[in-house]
Amino acid sequence: MTALDLDPPRLPAAGTWTAFRLGLFGSWRNGVVTLATVAGLVWIVPPLLRWLVIDATWSGTAAQCRAHDGACWAFIAAKLRFILLAFYPAELQWRPVLACLLMLGLLAATAMPRFWRRELAIAWPGVIALCWVLMAGLPGLLEPVASNQWGGLPVTLIIWAACFASALPLAVLLALARRSDMGGLRLLSIGYIELMRGIPMVAVLYVAMLILPLALPAGQSMDKILRAMIMIALFWAAYLAEVVRGGLQAVPDGQREAAATLGLGYWRIMQLIVLPQALRVVIPGLVNQAIGFLLATSLLAVIGIFDLLNAAKASAADPAWLGFYDEAYLFVAAIYFIFGYGGSRYSLWLERRLSRERRN
Amino acid sequence: MAVHSSPRGWRALVATTLIAATSLASGAAFAGPTLDKIKERGTIRVGVGTTPGFFAPDSNGKWQGFFIDYGRALAITVFGNPDKVQFTSSSPQQRLPALQSGEFDVLLSGVTVTISRALKLGFHFGPTIFYDGQAILARKETGVKTAAELDGATIGVQSGTTGELNIADFFRKSGHKFTPVTIEDTSEFIAALEAGRVDAITQDSSDLVGKLTQLKKPDDYILLPERLSKEPLAPAIAGGDDRWLELVNWTVNVTIQAEEWGITSKNVDEFLKSDDPAIKRFLGVDPSLAETIGLDPKWAYTIIKTVGNYGEIFDRHLKPLGWERGYNNLWTQGGLLYSPPFR
Repeated sequence: MTALDLDPPRLPAAGTWTAFRLGLFGSWRNGVVTLATVAGLVWIVPPLLRWLVIDATWSGTAAQCRAHDGACWAFIAAKLRFILLAFYPAELQWRPVLACLLMLGLLAATAMPRFWRRELAIAWPGVIALCWVLMAGLPGLLEPVASNQWGGLPVTLIIWAACFASALPLAVLLALARRSDMGGLRLLSIGYIELMRGIPMVAVLYVAMLILPLALPAGQSMDKILRAMIMIALFWAAYLAEVVRGGLQAVPDGQREAAATLGLGYWRIMQLIVLPQALRVVIPGLVNQAIGFLLATSLLAVIGIFDLLNAAKASAADPAWLGFYDEAYLFVAAIYFIFGYGGSRYSLWLERRLSRERRN
Repeated sequence: MAVHSSPRGWRALVATTLIAATSLASGAAFAGPTLDKIKERGTIRVGVGTTPGFFAPDSNGKWQGFFIDYGRALAITVFGNPDKVQFTSSSPQQRLPALQSGEFDVLLSGVTVTISRALKLGFHFGPTIFYDGQAILARKETGVKTAAELDGATIGVQSGTTGELNIADFFRKSGHKFTPVTIEDTSEFIAALEAGRVDAITQDSSDLVGKLTQLKKPDDYILLPERLSKEPLAPAIAGGDDRWLELVNWTVNVTIQAEEWGITSKNVDEFLKSDDPAIKRFLGVDPSLAETIGLDPKWAYTIIKTVGNYGEIFDRHLKPLGWERGYNNLWTQGGLLYSPPFR
């Protein structure tokens, strides 16, 4: 079969006025879509801007806010501490703030490929443990703070990062087991992954809340947040295992066979040949899951943990500032958006960079 | 309790006997398992919810509200210190299982007393501290003063609640017609009412009063006087600790009895000089009663001095939201609150 001899497409260079005009009004369909979009924006944007900025109350009391039609940003100013840190004692608030900064620093370092070294794998459990100590306190050194007083951003970040970090190694093992030649192990892995993916996260949280305590030896009790974290990590591992499996499948079998010929054992082959390539391939997929997991942490509210979203909701139940739910939700939506959008831009950048590396 | 008291052999028996023996030897009245744990821990764990006025965190992250003050009063009864209490928010679905598993010592989260909760699930209830009930909030333009006058109205109900059934029953009895509009999310009620999609909405009065303050023009609406259901809200505890239950009972009774006698946080010190023997016993001026019941003679005094009597607690948290006392008034004022005698 011979290829058809087509002229190269004669599209105007992107970014020029012609491309712009053709894109918007190139055909009658484009024109209709453009006009409808403009009409929609005219309908939505001015009232939104009026509410958000022009009529908004920037400082003052709830009564002053109620006198105006716009948003009440004074509410956010008054409730900022509560939304971000919830019930944490005010005089000790440097500890959750420091924990947040440490967590963000760790995330930033993890995002940069030049830090992808062995030390990073040690830094993760280290920083998470440090954050936990900062939050919980250390008898004799830092005043202990019970976990029912934790809340807001540090809780969201710590649960998210710690669960993701402990789910990932488990996910690698599950993925390897699912691709293993040992039938029993494979079946177990498949059963576990499908069971976990078949139940909603809320059910998993209820198990953590209600059933896990009954499974503990009589008289023993475990912290509620810790219980939730264990179940979430087990749950997320199933999702991540499927992502990792995709990466494992992308590594050609020939490489493994070649390594086996050289006399390497199974774990050496995985550690030196297969996993470094497989994990590299699935990084964008992992980042994507991580964003989804961050948003899923808001489900912690159903078991009474004051994560960021739940703290925002509770902040508007204060009789002194009753009912400013729109502002509270909008504020935390902005925080989630920064993380989510940042993550997705990062993932795109990384994808480009990794595909460049592969080509070279 | 049944879960944890499964037979663990003679060791458990010996341990229990030892604990019982030591507590008897130390002269203290035998405390039940919950109270023992509370004293060992040094703080009471209280499950609460988040409803404006009843329980909500203030800007400093400190819990405030009607039920919260009862938690502080309990801490005074047990420890003589209103701060030895830990409040944890719990959702309606998980609060009872959490109480059962021992995560909370008491629920002050607005649990309705029902027979199935008492006899099927085995929970115990203290005195009702708030009489709630399903109510109707109507637009004033409808011109009605009572729910019985509503005819042909469009009423917003929350889907999947007993409220949906109650309002249908109510209208069947009155022989009037109404059109129900099912609303999924409770925050949508305000929007539906303000947009004129419904003439009235129905929910528990505690929810409606909170909503009334969020409406743009609260004066355009009227909370109709009828209650379509009985929702007596009381402290709930797990079974198996009678002494703890009685402490909860009598902590609540202190606030009611104090109001009946007109004792408030402001004038309680003047009442210390009272000649009335009942008040002398109550406030611990005469310690004979406190000694026989094994409590600090000053416990009732400290509760009143710190959180106030029932009326003060009500006025502090619920009056600003527009609450009337209604059923939640003393029996001498036509309400339902009644404390057994302190003797």
